[in-house]
Amino acid sequence: MPKVVVDVMPKPEILDPQGKAVQGALPRLGFSGVVDVRQGKRFELEIDGEVTDEVLAQVHEMAEKLLSNPVIENFAVSVLDGDRGAEDGAR
Amino acid sequence: MKVGVVTFPGSLDDADAQRAAQLAGHDVVPLWHGDHDLGGVDAVVLPGGFSYGDYLRCGAISRFSPVMTEVIEAAGKGLPVLGICNGFQILCESHLLPGALIRNDHQKFVCRDQRLRIENASTAWTSAYSEGQEITIVLKNGEGGFVADNDTLDRLEGEGRVVARYLDHNPNGSLRDIAGITNERGNVVGLMPHPEHAVEELTGAGTDGLGFFTSLAGLVALTASTFA
Repeated sequence: MPKVVVDVMPKPEILDPQGKAVQGALPRLGFSGVVDVRQGKRFELEIDGEVTDEVLAQVHEMAEKLLSNPVIENFAVSVLDGDRGAEDGAR
Repeated sequence: MKVGVVTFPGSLDDADAQRAAQLAGHDVVPLWHGDHDLGGVDAVVLPGGFSYGDYLRCGAISRFSPVMTEVIEAAGKGLPVLGICNGFQILCESHLLPGALIRNDHQKFVCRDQRLRIENASTAWTSAYSEGQEITIVLKNGEGGFVADNDTLDRLEGEGRVVARYLDHNPNGSLRDIAGITNERGNVVGLMPHPEHAVEELTGAGTDGLGFFTSLAGLVALTASTFA
């Protein structure tokens, strides 16, 4: 079954304390060279049937209404499986 | 007045909020997140806690619970609604209040007696205070950092919609030291610290929080008919 992926990231101007904590932990583990870490969420939605434009429009609506908070987060929609390949739904 | 206190799965401070409303002289109506009506209450408190386990985002799932559909509609008609901590997060997720609350900038849960300045004493929930009054109530949160874009913050300041501000120490990275805000009409108030934990001398940080609940008495003149 095809999967539609919604990636949710904190907006660039929003402080990301979790990302900062991860960034701070990396050098302590001996990893160097990482200048910034942003932590987000990834939703994989398994779709019953074909991923049509209508389905994608619906996923956009889900992302806007529930999966992300537009005040502090941006999201991007992409298709993982199926014949449509990687769909770019970034906004 | 009849004050409804909503219990969501994962609410923690609903019993304290009920008690605070009672001490302020109100009749308390317990409401459940699955309720489809508000039982004729004159005001609603959304208490603190971790509703729905804070899954997805704090308040994001609660916002779509049946009772919130009723609360949002009634708030639009002027029903006084106070969201405390998790309740504030639910109000932001519901878009009854602007902005959002994110993880504390220092990453740690904070629990302390917090001094605040009441900046707006004309809302449904703060009329018992005077403008500029300094109070100390309990603060406890992990995701209490209030954020909004600069235009929104300027608008909130310009319209006098910052209800309370942190004094001495910004405990969670909230922009412009904002501890609480209100909507345009002044009936919906969101507050990160906990007035319901500061209503009795026996426990907590004194009784400075009681004013949030006695403020409603000033609204008695409006009577239930307005919100029926």
